Amino acid sequence: MKAVEVTGLTVALDDGSVIVDDVSFSLESGQVMGLVGESGSGKSTVGLALLGFAKKGANIVGGKVVVGDVDLLSLAPNDLREARKKLIGFVPQDPATALNPAMRIGTQLTEGLIGDKKENLPRIREVLETVGLPSDDAFLRRHPQELSGGQQQRVAIAMAVAKKPKLIVFDEPTTGLDVSTQARVLEMVAQLCADNGMAAVFVSHDLAVVGTVGDLVTVMYAGKILETGTHEEVLQSAAHPYSIALLDSVPSTRQRLALVAIPGRAPAPGTKFDGCVFADRCGFVEDRCREAPPPMVATSAGGEARCIRVDHVRKNRTGQVKEPLRLVEGREEKTSVLSVRNLNASYGRSQVLYDISFDVAPGECVGVVGESGSGKTTMSRCLIGLHEDQTGGFEMNGEPLPPRLRDRSKAIKQQMQYVFQNPYGSLNPRETIATAVMVPLRHFYGDRGKAARTKAQEALERVEIPWRLADRYPAELSGGQRQRVAIARALACNPSLLICDEVTSGLDVSVQASVVELLRSLQDDGLSMIFITHNLAVVRSIGDRVVVLSQGRVVESGAVESVLNGPQHPYTRGLLADTLDVDRPDSETSDLTG
Amino acid sequence: MIRTRPTEQGVQAPPQNLTRRVLTSKQTRLGLIMLVTMILFAIIGPFLTPHSPTAVIAKPYASPGDGLLLGADSLGRDIVSRILSGGINLTWMGIAATAGGVILGTAIGLVAAFAGGIVDTLLMRVVDVLLTFPTIIMAILFISMVGPSRWILVVLVAIGLTPGMARVMRGAARPVMRREHVMWARTIGLSSRHILMREVLPSVTSPLMVEIGLRLMWSVVGLASLSFLGFGVQPPDADWGLMVSENKDGLAIQPLAVLIPAACVALFTIGGNLFAEGAARVIGRTEGARS
Repeated sequence: MKAVEVTGLTVALDDGSVIVDDVSFSLESGQVMGLVGESGSGKSTVGLALLGFAKKGANIVGGKVVVGDVDLLSLAPNDLREARKKLIGFVPQDPATALNPAMRIGTQLTEGLIGDKKENLPRIREVLETVGLPSDDAFLRRHPQELSGGQQQRVAIAMAVAKKPKLIVFDEPTTGLDVSTQARVLEMVAQLCADNGMAAVFVSHDLAVVGTVGDLVTVMYAGKILETGTHEEVLQSAAHPYSIALLDSVPSTRQRLALVAIPGRAPAPGTKFDGCVFADRCGFVEDRCREAPPPMVATSAGGEARCIRVDHVRKNRTGQVKEPLRLVEGREEKTSVLSVRNLNASYGRSQVLYDISFDVAPGECVGVVGESGSGKTTMSRCLIGLHEDQTGGFEMNGEPLPPRLRDRSKAIKQQMQYVFQNPYGSLNPRETIATAVMVPLRHFYGDRGKAARTKAQEALERVEIPWRLADRYPAELSGGQRQRVAIARALACNPSLLICDEVTSGLDVSVQASVVELLRSLQDDGLSMIFITHNLAVVRSIGDRVVVLSQGRVVESGAVESVLNGPQHPYTRGLLADTLDVDRPDSETSDLTG
Repeated sequence: MIRTRPTEQGVQAPPQNLTRRVLTSKQTRLGLIMLVTMILFAIIGPFLTPHSPTAVIAKPYASPGDGLLLGADSLGRDIVSRILSGGINLTWMGIAATAGGVILGTAIGLVAAFAGGIVDTLLMRVVDVLLTFPTIIMAILFISMVGPSRWILVVLVAIGLTPGMARVMRGAARPVMRREHVMWARTIGLSSRHILMREVLPSVTSPLMVEIGLRLMWSVVGLASLSFLGFGVQPPDADWGLMVSENKDGLAIQPLAVLIPAACVALFTIGGNLFAEGAARVIGRTEGARS
């Protein structure tokens, strides 16, 4: 008897476009299934549909969701609510909004349980201990905002687990957490499910996370399951071209690999396809792929994939093993593009940066790594001059650089360019992207009209944005495209130093890969870069040197190879140990350099 | 220790979609129809008057009939003609006062939000002081000193609208100042004027539109009240507010002379309010995820 059985689940929008198409899977109790996919793949919609719920504007139009022996979708609204209460737990993405800020932890935890508060308290304490939180009365009396993000997420998990449901749905529960917190939460999730005999569906966009926590891995794309199997089957010997491409786009902390982006753009939810949903972006596509939707086919590794060329793909895949990229060695230039000496910065009375010093050589990419709260964004704002409460010395190409923006000359402003983290905010929503790129051209070079348009076209083409998109507004572009436009706008200024603040953290892995590769190609053209990120794997794939920040201090710095292969500082070691990596086939990891 | 992953925000529609989105709501459509009807009525009305609005042609408070559709007012003038020609002053003065108040208030609000620090504090304290003066009382004070003039009225009402407008626009602009595209514009050293006009102003158009609607209504009510109190449009000119005050003594004999102009002002402002509030709600719903 399966604990959870989903057959033919279909969710459509009000206008009839199908966003989740015929999804079926089943889970034994105690099993965790990782459901992975990029934005818009329908993975969260599936997660919600398991509760018999669809967001406003969407409806579950077909299929069966059987949890225990209850068919959720056939129940009347009131019975469904009762069934959810007993059978299903849900852990949402953002714990800060999932918990009621006006209610004490103890009240929130007991609220959803059957019976009164007193009866349930022992169970609550027991669960809190299993999730690694204190269970004393003082803790139960606290309010959510008095807890850290990791603790809040544990409380949310405890809420879901306390009633011993048959199924728990985790909707990207670790996306907002630091790597070290994430590692601990994931470990706990796997343990909890195994110990309590609960089945779990773990929705995530992160392959490494899914690979860590899931017994089974299911890959979704455009509302369909493309591949499913145990995590070894899917992650180590992926059979579907999409899974393979997705794996290729994930950076590794262990070696510097070229990241391969998936060509094209993910289809908008509800797009109709005659044949295979991935055909337009697939490297193995044939005419018959476009004729009829492919069925799920058993692969030789043991899983199932929705691809008619599974065997062919598997055979030819071995030819694609990637060689680690070599680092560019021996830069001889004496003057650094930027040198930072003893930078201290504070917000009011609290100091956030202490004695930061480092240099950026021409053509070099310096990765600045740290967890949230380490001061890395403040540091980058200091460099560009947006943060004024700072002391320290800057030199640019040997010349002293004034710390405050208003004291900097136009030439300096042109040479240093900043790309922001949030692609949704960095472009003016009321301006077409061509105008966005032309603004700095006019400002720095006085280019107008045709000259400006030609230059803007060059800049956009350099970041692979076709000119026909030039008159679109940012809202009409995807996150990755917007980030490229932001980079194009910086490039239009012809800078010598580009400061990238977490530019890839809001993007899907395949899009991240394309942005990282774009930045690498710019570096080949001689552009220096400061790349700020929390992701060690990204630094590994793009950085030449790395500066590790912790609580406002540089704890370690040096060449990427030496720091990441032999970290000296305990903080770096911890960070490396907690960073999850996708298990790769041995042919790729065997040539690990020591 | 929360790192928020920037989420796809609700589609930020370019301005041309705004009108369409706003008009999907029944309330805003009704409000817009009322508002447009009243404005057209006020503009075309003066050309359709059967009699001169100032000519005495009947007994005071004459009942309807005898060629006069609604009867006569306190001085025996035709009510229909006075109503038809009594809206135009209110309309143009209302629009002019709103335009003045909105432009001035928006400029102050944006500058305060952009400059921050001491400039912000100073401007906002001045605005706070201005807010404590009730518009009507201030207008009465000035009119009693310099005598009634329509342009002075417009300026006074505009000044009365400014502080509230400045406050709202500062509030709307402050989150925009922290947006990346504004910060980027600062890092490349674009002029403050460019940043305010090209980066910030377009991003606050939605609240701005709603405010324009609301302020227009406030100035219409304010101007009508001033006329009622005798500080606005002066007799013998026709004006809805003035008509209410002229004919209030004859309310029992000839109620139409009071009720109809009052209803005109009410329709005008209720229509405007329905529209502005409905628009605000639609905008709040569709752009609420932002900022």
